[in-house]
Amino acid sequence: MKRVLKPSSALIGFLMFLLIWQVLAWIIRQPIMPSPVEVLPLFLTSIFGDLGIHFLASTGRVLAAIGVAVVTAVPIGLGLGQLPKLDRIFAPLIAIVYPIPKIVLLPVIYVLIGITDVSKIFLIALIIFFQILVVVRDEAANLHPELILSVRSLGAGRRALFRYVYFPASLPAVLTALRVSVGTAIAVLFIAEQSLTTYGLGYYIVVETYQVLRYPEMYTGIFAMSLLGLALYLVIYHLELKVYRYQDQK
Amino acid sequence: MIEIKNLTFAYSGRSPIFEGFNWRVGRGETWSVIGPSGCGKTTLLYLLAGLRRPLSGNILIDDVALRGPRPRSGLVLQDHGLLPWATVRENARLGLTIWEFYGSDGKHAPSDIQLNKAQADQRVDHWLEKLGMNHLQDQYPARLSRGQRQRTAIARTLVMEPDLLLLDEPFSALDAPTREDLENVIINLHRESNLTYIIVTHDIEVAVVMGPKILALSEGFNQNPHILENECAGIIGNHNHTGFHHKCEELRKLLGKLT
Repeated sequence: MKRVLKPSSALIGFLMFLLIWQVLAWIIRQPIMPSPVEVLPLFLTSIFGDLGIHFLASTGRVLAAIGVAVVTAVPIGLGLGQLPKLDRIFAPLIAIVYPIPKIVLLPVIYVLIGITDVSKIFLIALIIFFQILVVVRDEAANLHPELILSVRSLGAGRRALFRYVYFPASLPAVLTALRVSVGTAIAVLFIAEQSLTTYGLGYYIVVETYQVLRYPEMYTGIFAMSLLGLALYLVIYHLELKVYRYQDQK
Repeated sequence: MIEIKNLTFAYSGRSPIFEGFNWRVGRGETWSVIGPSGCGKTTLLYLLAGLRRPLSGNILIDDVALRGPRPRSGLVLQDHGLLPWATVRENARLGLTIWEFYGSDGKHAPSDIQLNKAQADQRVDHWLEKLGMNHLQDQYPARLSRGQRQRTAIARTLVMEPDLLLLDEPFSALDAPTREDLENVIINLHRESNLTYIIVTHDIEVAVVMGPKILALSEGFNQNPHILENECAGIIGNHNHTGFHHKCEELRKLLGKLT
């Protein structure tokens, strides 16, 4: 956690990205590969219009899913980590379910929950849920019993233990799990938004632009979705750096 | 101050460590508890701290039966139990932070004293300075030596102003000068405030230095307490002192009989 992305290197990275894009556009010379010179101005105007609404719809779904996943996975993970007997019962089940690509459950979820936003959020939350569940469980299991006992001797009951021990102990792991799963979450969002909705970047990219051959507009959607992934990644990364401060002192 | 009546305790599935065990500790007394590993000396401390429940029998502290951790008892453990993500100051303040979290409810914190933030900070300042940790208060535990960590753990307990201090192997894994330093800290604390303390150790010399009264526990099963009066307590750093040497021998023989 020592590699900090400096604004200067972020800018250099972005310029290199644009350069390669431009070179590809020159080489390919087809409508499917428009130049960034065409796409970026279009993006800057449409993000304050129609595209902005799709962007907000997708962002809202991802954030809601992250919220649901954290609120459910953290307490369950803590419980499993601190109660080895319970963990022994559920560990095989979690080990089997954890690697299943949850996207395959999309049709089932649509039928059972319906074609509302809830089913999309549920699917993404499910992916993040297992990532967080597993790391929080392992962190909680690794806490020294002596640490818990000495904090209890200072008067801490269950609520104070959660607030002052379990929560700060698992926070770094939760953030790391979020950072590595947010990419998958957005990929799944892209697929889930392609049908049964009228707002969202997945819908915009596939239905509103790709299927009607509006390629430059399609790229503004792709660009927006990339920005969403990048922004979430950087926000989580920044929080991680703050939380990990004490480890840098080692 | 402490009265243990007819205590029986066993970990589930094992033979009992204590059975019908009785022991009294008067207010202001200071005890060493010694015995081979596995004799239940740490268990005894956890029982006194209210972190374990007896299978039967009673532990009375100030004539009140113990049910869970008691706000006025302080516990210091061998591996310090510091929060690695909190600074020395935040660690030392933890007990008071938890007190503020619950309020003076009598269960998690003393009910007869109200505590405001300024008073709490003042207490932390006082004990960090007294234990010589104030210049390190913004460091994280990983950066500290073992002795400094133990000082932080002791400060964290003392900010709670306990009337009973329970110490589990507090000086093990410390080098001799650091150990003698901390022995002094605890003994002076007792002299200044008549604090009752019980120190668990496997080290015969530590037991003789720290305990005017020594409780020796036997391997396996404890019924009657074996108590040694020790007039050599408080002799720090002079282990060639004749009386001290004899007392160590006496304790060694007693322990030999118990195993």
